[in-house]
Amino acid sequence: MKPAPFQYHRARDVDGAARLLAELGDDAKVIAGGQSLVAMMNYRLARPRHLVDIGGLRELDRMHRDAAGGLHIGALTTHHTVETDPAGVLRAGFEVLKKAMTWIGHLPIRTRGTVGGSMTHGDATAEWCLLAVVLDAEFVARGPQGERTIPAGDFFHGYYTTALDPDEILVEIVFPRPAPHAALTEFAERRGDFALVAAAVDLDVAEGEVRGGRVALGGVAAAAVRVPEAEAVLTGGGSFEACASAAAEAVEPPADASGSTHYRKELVRTLVRRACEEAVSR
Amino acid sequence: MSDVPMNERKLVGKAVRRREDPRLLAGRGRFVDDIALPGMLHSQFVRSTVAHAELASVDVSAVREVPGVVAVFTAEDLQLGDIVAQLGRPLSEFVPTAMPILARDKVRYVGEPIAIVVARDAYAAEDGLEAAKVSYATLPPVMSEEAAFADGAPLVHVEAAHNTLVDVSLFATEGIDRIFDAAPCVVEVDARTGRQNALPLETRGAVAHWDDREEQLIVHTCTQIPHQVRTVASRCLRLDERAVRVVVPDMGGGFGQKCVVGREEIAAAAAALKLRRPVKWIEDRKDALSASFLAREQHYRARAAFDTEGRILALDADVVCDMGAYSCYPFTAGIEPLMASAEMPGVYKVPAYRVRGRAVTTNKAPTGPYRGVSRPQYVMVMERLFERAARELALDPVEIRRRNVITDFPYKGVNNITYDPGSYLESLNLCERLVKDEGWYEKQTAAAAEGRHIGIGYSCFSERTGYGSAAFAQRKMQVVPGFDISEVRMDTSGAVTFTTGTMNHGQSHETTMAQIVADELALDIGKVRLHQGDTDRITYGFGTFASRSITIGGSAVRLAAAKLGDKLRAIAASRWGVAPDEVELADGAARRRNTQDVLPYTEIADIAYLQAHLLPKDIEPGLSATATFDVFNDGTFSNATHACVVELHPGTGQVEILRYVCVEDCGVAINPQVVEGQCRGGIAQGIAGTLFEQVTYDAQGEPSATGFMDYKVPTAHEIPDVLIHHLETPCAFTETGAKGAGEGGTIGAPAAVLNAVNDALRPTGVELDHTPITPETVHRALNGAPSLESSS
Repeated sequence: MKPAPFQYHRARDVDGAARLLAELGDDAKVIAGGQSLVAMMNYRLARPRHLVDIGGLRELDRMHRDAAGGLHIGALTTHHTVETDPAGVLRAGFEVLKKAMTWIGHLPIRTRGTVGGSMTHGDATAEWCLLAVVLDAEFVARGPQGERTIPAGDFFHGYYTTALDPDEILVEIVFPRPAPHAALTEFAERRGDFALVAAAVDLDVAEGEVRGGRVALGGVAAAAVRVPEAEAVLTGGGSFEACASAAAEAVEPPADASGSTHYRKELVRTLVRRACEEAVSR
Repeated sequence: MSDVPMNERKLVGKAVRRREDPRLLAGRGRFVDDIALPGMLHSQFVRSTVAHAELASVDVSAVREVPGVVAVFTAEDLQLGDIVAQLGRPLSEFVPTAMPILARDKVRYVGEPIAIVVARDAYAAEDGLEAAKVSYATLPPVMSEEAAFADGAPLVHVEAAHNTLVDVSLFATEGIDRIFDAAPCVVEVDARTGRQNALPLETRGAVAHWDDREEQLIVHTCTQIPHQVRTVASRCLRLDERAVRVVVPDMGGGFGQKCVVGREEIAAAAAALKLRRPVKWIEDRKDALSASFLAREQHYRARAAFDTEGRILALDADVVCDMGAYSCYPFTAGIEPLMASAEMPGVYKVPAYRVRGRAVTTNKAPTGPYRGVSRPQYVMVMERLFERAARELALDPVEIRRRNVITDFPYKGVNNITYDPGSYLESLNLCERLVKDEGWYEKQTAAAAEGRHIGIGYSCFSERTGYGSAAFAQRKMQVVPGFDISEVRMDTSGAVTFTTGTMNHGQSHETTMAQIVADELALDIGKVRLHQGDTDRITYGFGTFASRSITIGGSAVRLAAAKLGDKLRAIAASRWGVAPDEVELADGAARRRNTQDVLPYTEIADIAYLQAHLLPKDIEPGLSATATFDVFNDGTFSNATHACVVELHPGTGQVEILRYVCVEDCGVAINPQVVEGQCRGGIAQGIAGTLFEQVTYDAQGEPSATGFMDYKVPTAHEIPDVLIHHLETPCAFTETGAKGAGEGGTIGAPAAVLNAVNDALRPTGVELDHTPITPETVHRALNGAPSLESSS
């Protein structure tokens, strides 16, 4: 469990990192917290010839709110920083992020792992990917061609693949609007494991009534997905139970050693209802 | 206990702080991987990528070209002897297997070592592995008991027909079939338990080098059995045994997995010998999970007959243990089936018994001992039988146990084992009372009214510990562990160094054994220091396993300390011109009874070493004493009752443990805190096997788990706090009154958890007998979906 030989490069700034990636081509990988990549390298499942370390780019490690109330999270912000929110920027609308962090791995992982790392790794069960999809996040990427913004709906392409070009660096994730009635919940055999199924909802609540909302699932497909069938139930004034059933019926999760398709659909039913109940009680 | 009167118990029985902790907690322990010798090389193994094949060719020429690689050796290069574990049984009952250090002409599991690559660092060693070219003529793998027994099944070892390594039929009480025919109540259990990894946090490893000055191969390795490693190493390498020295540093657990001789430490030693340079091998987690020694994959078909009052009349069991590819040394593939067959009746008065125990060989990594060895499994099956009988007879599950546990001691069982006194009934009653006092039965009723699913489960068991030569000889082992040895030595400063042939790997011997010596010699514990794990310093020992260290090793330690005490008293008596029994030991000095005369140990030591001319003729100079201890009966039985309360969550199938209670009796607890640590750790491993962990393979024999993402060892989040109560029924024939305490937690937990789950499932009519129980299994049971178990 030692990685194959590689060359290590340390970037001084984002543009330098992008230039390095362009020069080094397909054999290069960006490393930040290393919580997914290093494990894959140790198993020699990933064998990059070059590592470009962006861990020192402090400019990417910050969170702030904009004038419209949107939240900007630098790609190098750790899960632990979001969980502890030392500057209080998550107050009034983004408590869901803070709470969701407790589902990510264990404390040591959260102190090293980064938001950008999790997003670009693109695991189908990752909490961050699910949050991005349910909250309509936008991804700001910078490469040799300059900066561009990619909506969450277009960012995740499937198993561990995203819309980022090989020479692009993810610099920031923007959550455009506060989500006071959002929640994420999941189930795994052990606390801290990748979820068998994860569910996140963002409800539109007005005068104490649920008027609609967004429902997203992790662990049921190649990437985190929205479930329009379940959202339609919410818009139509249906119960959480009906919403959860619609979600369970809408997906066909692949079976593996941890659970059959049937069981995962049942977890969808349980978790969507739980997430709705938690969100509305906020 | 011996006739030697016990000196005043000052430390024995107290929660003395662990001597090991300051260095371990501060990161100053020294483990195998901390050892770095000048010029040391690193090794890794080319391992089989297929489960069953003839080795067509092994081409390692390209490995030598890899930058950083120093050498690579195959079986042909090293020409080592095989590891062969023997039982003194006829071929109809036991077929020995030769386990080569490196595979020669056949591979029998994924991960089997084929060649050792030695390189300047661990990275280059792994680069080297990738350059090896092995071609296989693949054979169909044998991946289950059913496949192994099938007509025309491929043979894992050609000499083992029906892939059977052990097949014993025992006891067969006369008339047992008639008892079953006539019994008013017969219940059956068909149970399978999943393959597990004992999973010491520290993986296996070794650092070996040749010492020209000592003309010795020195092997630092983390083993529970240093002398047996020395024996096997010297035989495989064809060296005199004195030319091999095995040294064991701090160890991060073993749980039985390090109680067998591994092939890799011998290969690393051979490479060091060949290269005349230090060679290190540290098993990585991937290899530890897939290619080390595994355990616990068993299948029971058992039935029990009861009378209408719930008294057991007969027990009939067929036990098949999947031992994987080879017999482990020294225990053989008999370790699991022989343990299960000999001891299954357990704490119950079973009047008639018949058992067939088999070991089947398959294309999986071999099986070694794992904490509890078969007892977690057969106790689980026994407890399921009792639960089922209680249901059939509409009896309370605790009451049916009360009617059947052994209460008159010594009790000679139907299995020809004599049980020494224990507190089987008392622990059961106390455990039930603790559960009742906390109101769990009321909580269960209230929860049921809300549609929730709370269950309460018990398990009763005893654990044979202190297996002496007699007990292991009965198993017909050719290496009969039994006695152990201790030397106690006092220096001129009055400080004591003592040895044990047992081998601490987490059991706190530096503390508990020092407590025994300090009490015996009336010394401050700070003046007493244990040395263990060095075959040059200890004449011979059998290491630590089967909960033998305090029972046997601790007894030898006390006897040796008592002998030294006798010498201290004799010297003092000679100075005072009185008989030795006029002298007593207290506060680090000899004291003449009923006088103020005191001779501090420093002065006695001064005479013994530096003023030996003052000694009477019949007393030899120096202050040291050696003693051995063995158990010549059936050993001593610790016992316990466990209770577990679970809630099942219908939305997810999650099993939540709400409460865990353990009432245990290990005789005199030398250090109750250490005993509690053993209970908690053992219970955690028992829960692990019941709800989480399983080693699985695909149809081709590829192991599914290469990391902790897939091998689901539970964490602190999943393991509940445990309420522990102690009872004390002292052992009459160990020197301290102690019984073993190493394995009970692991033994009791599976039955308690499984019974609790089934109690909670009662309204559904579903009963689960296979472990591990997954959330999906529970979810299906609670929601009326068809079971997955029928297919497994």
